[in-house]
Amino acid sequence: MDKILEVKDLHVDFDTYNGVVHAIRGVNFHLNAGETLAIVGESGSGKSITVRSILQLLASNATISKGEILYHGDDLLQKNAKEMDNLRGNKISMIFQDPMTSLDPTMTIGKQVAEPLLIHNNVSKKDALKRAEEVLRLVGIPNPAARMNDYPHQFSGGQRQRIVIAIAIVDYPEILIADEPTTALDVTVQAQIIDLLRELQQKIGTSIIFITHDLGVVAGIADRVAVMYAGRFVEYGSVDDIFFNPQHPYTWGLLDSMPTLDTNEDARLNSIPGTPPNLLDPPAGDAFAPRNAYAMQIDEEQQPPFFQVSKHHFAATWLLHPDAPKVTPPAGILNRYEKFKKLGGNAK
Amino acid sequence: MTKYILKRIFYLFLTLFIIASLTFFLMKLLPGTPFSNQNRMSPDQLKIVKAQYGLDQSVFVQYVRYMGGLLQGNLGTSFQFNNEPVTALIGQRLAPSMQIGAQAMVVGTVFGILLGAVAAIRKNTWADTLATFVSILGLSIPSFVLAVLLQFYLAYKWRIFPVALWDNFQSSILPTIALAALPLGTVARFMRTEMVDVMSSDYIELAKAKGNSSWKVVTKHALRNSLIPVVTIIGPMAVSVMTGSMVVENIFSIPGIGEQFVKSITTNDYPTIMGLTIFYSFLLIIVYLIVDILYGLIDPRIRLGNGGKE
Ligand SMILES: Nc1ncnc2c1ncn2[C@@H]1O[C@H](COP(=O)(O)OP(=O)(O)O)[C@@H](O)[C@H]1O
Ligand SMILES: [Mg+2]
Repeated sequence: MDKILEVKDLHVDFDTYNGVVHAIRGVNFHLNAGETLAIVGESGSGKSITVRSILQLLASNATISKGEILYHGDDLLQKNAKEMDNLRGNKISMIFQDPMTSLDPTMTIGKQVAEPLLIHNNVSKKDALKRAEEVLRLVGIPNPAARMNDYPHQFSGGQRQRIVIAIAIVDYPEILIADEPTTALDVTVQAQIIDLLRELQQKIGTSIIFITHDLGVVAGIADRVAVMYAGRFVEYGSVDDIFFNPQHPYTWGLLDSMPTLDTNEDARLNSIPGTPPNLLDPPAGDAFAPRNAYAMQIDEEQQPPFFQVSKHHFAATWLLHPDAPKVTPPAGILNRYEKFKKLGGNAK
Repeated sequence: MTKYILKRIFYLFLTLFIIASLTFFLMKLLPGTPFSNQNRMSPDQLKIVKAQYGLDQSVFVQYVRYMGGLLQGNLGTSFQFNNEPVTALIGQRLAPSMQIGAQAMVVGTVFGILLGAVAAIRKNTWADTLATFVSILGLSIPSFVLAVLLQFYLAYKWRIFPVALWDNFQSSILPTIALAALPLGTVARFMRTEMVDVMSSDYIELAKAKGNSSWKVVTKHALRNSLIPVVTIIGPMAVSVMTGSMVVENIFSIPGIGEQFVKSITTNDYPTIMGLTIFYSFLLIIVYLIVDILYGLIDPRIRLGNGGKE
């Protein structure tokens, strides 16, 4: 498989009134051609900052203090403003979280969808608009020809997100970054948007980085999943690895707080107790330790390295160290291990 | 949109009618009489003169007559100023006032927008500080003080511009600057605040993510959206420029309407006061109408007049 994107040891700092916030603290991952990588984690864990670093769309008080972002082997952090402009919306494009505010309220949607084509390709306005109309049809806007000259406020939230998606794919990007594209939408529309993204991926063969704080939507779209906590990845693997053979206690917590088909309406969700650490002064050990019922002495003192669980499955927890005591995960996780065995996996 | 404009034009006439009526009755309450030599006139003479101007009739009859004339575009004849028709009086003095007023509005708005935009884009740099300083100066120095200062230094001391003379374009520059300072400061402040907001909005982020250069992000997306609220203050600004011009015209000896207005009030020249009031109101209402139409053109959410098809 081709690695089209590789992020190495990424560090991002924010200069704030209270001091320097170390928001991203050494993130490593890669994206294979044609796959969908989901990044999950509670809000504030650094998912958006990680992907914005790729396009260098960070706030003015942000600095990428360390790391490499290799796109086909080329470090994007070494590119100048013009070279980055040429990549954005063309090779790598982005869908933002809130469709209600992502569209320019004073520009017709036809023009907004055609804009990336006009920026990056030598096409006439007429051809660009024609193509925009096709793409609007592709993303499921009914009767697009009649709606090209309408403005964003004339569309519903779900339709607006479809338009935002149309903008992102109009120039056939190699990489599509979707930053919580369904969070602001209601559940039925969420499912439609996920279906749409999957369908588009098959049609245009783009690779997707899909960000969410909701593990529930991951299974429907991702090939691989990375779990993020306090500016670092704590576990990554295939969807089956993460859902049925999770190793990091934080992943356990996320899975346990996820509503499943069998949880009835009023069943109480277990959300993980406690709050994430203050990244003005990041902890020396595992950042999850204070909230971790399975934490050991070493978790307080030393950052756990990644331990390999299976070929593509890694988790950064001292529990995987050969000398660590055996612990019994929560009941919900044990059930998952059972399913994993049935799937033919080799659960711990 | 057409229906909306027709409705607005109807309200325009209604407003004018009310203003004309109010002014008429208020003016009747002004102390003194329009005849400067009244003391030396015999009662008979006075009667004849009053009859000549229709002042012997009841206030109501005078009102009806005046409004009738108004409908035909007739603002009556001046008591002073050689009995000239008020429309002619206004006409003669309109050009200089309109010229400096319009120049000041254009200069103030255009430079205000530029200044505010630069301040917003270069937020928290020396350019922002400088722009903020200039706009606060513009906001806080009254136009007549600026007029006196400009006249003293640039015209009287350094002789770059003519002193108190009205002939060519050059003589309109100083009064234009004096009047433009306030709109410039106001627009710049507004523009900066709005544009800072707009620049941090999601759609600007998306515009960047599309691959727009910084310049295109500003010109294609940020400017237009930042202009929406700026348009709303053009109306009130026009008012302040017009009122400011009365004093500024005086300082630069510009034969404009402002000067005439002051004179007509001190001499109880009823028809001229009425005419000028109605004329100013008309102008202002037109300005507000244009502003609203502009607003609709810039902001589609208003133009289409519905809340969307959600
Ligand atoms: N402009 C900023 N200034 C200071 N800190 C920031 C800024 N943006 C983000 N951060 C910090 O980075 C962390 C990660 O943010 P983000 O990537 O948006 O989280 P997520 O997308 O996972 O919800 C936040 O918890 C916050 O502390
Ligand atoms: Mg986020």
